[in-house]
Amino acid sequence: MIRLPLVLVFSALLFSAGVYGVLARRNAVLVLMSIELMLNAVNVNLVGFSAALRSLTGQIFALFVIAVAAAEVGIGLAIVILLFRNRETINVDEVNLLKW
Amino acid sequence: MPLDNVVFWVFAPIAVASAIAMLVQRNAVHAALLLIVNFFCIAVFYLLLGAPFLFAVQVIVYAGAIMVLFLFVIMLLGVDRGDTLRERLVGQRPAAIGLGLALALEVFFAVRAGVGFAAKAPVGFEKVNAGGNAQALARVLFRDYFFPFEATSVLLIVAAIAAMVLAQRKARAITQAGAEAAGRGEVA
Repeated sequence: MIRLPLVLVFSALLFSAGVYGVLARRNAVLVLMSIELMLNAVNVNLVGFSAALRSLTGQIFALFVIAVAAAEVGIGLAIVILLFRNRETINVDEVNLLKW
Repeated sequence: MPLDNVVFWVFAPIAVASAIAMLVQRNAVHAALLLIVNFFCIAVFYLLLGAPFLFAVQVIVYAGAIMVLFLFVIMLLGVDRGDTLRERLVGQRPAAIGLGLALALEVFFAVRAGVGFAAKAPVGFEKVNAGGNAQALARVLFRDYFFPFEATSVLLIVAAIAAMVLAQRKARAITQAGAEAAGRGEVA
């Protein structure tokens, strides 16, 4: 077992990297990949607390997060393909129809 | 130093470095491959934290299915589209560095106040995993979390149907839209 503070700091680092990717990258596929990074950081946190609290609930939650992430990736990539088909770009800066 | 900590200190830098390398990578395929490295490192952490079932799920679902889907879409949309990392907002980078340092301090104090940096490694988790981690997980999942489990299956079906509906080529709808655009005098 690893000490809990190490796990928390490690997952905070991964989550921050994911936030940076979502905010800074312009390629929509890379934005989705950064979201996966954030979800994984959350999972590491959940499993770490599951070990620290000696309860399996954290691992169950991580399983649910993985299932939701799989659904999210399916929908997200379908939207990216649709975007590419309609606008010939997957650059999120150029998709500004709803921007005021 | 116990073996667990050695494995942690070997894989944690690899995981963080691959995540950061993914963020500064211009080539989308290289970024996806670096993300796979990161997912494998996280799978090793699950093993260290007493979750061998999640280790298998992580490798099969994330490193297998999800990343294949990503690579497939990257190949489909063309891999030669380079991405620039140049910031367009003025003063964003100094503000981001300042706020990032503030966040690091906040995490430091939150961890110190919440669990303490001197916290011992958790012990006695083997009792929770008695009879195998997958069996113990199934016991909790199908007794206490049965309804959310079924809701997840509905969610997955809806997501699969939605992805199919979104991505299918609607020939009739496209020609209709083109006719409407032409009727308004736009270039279809």
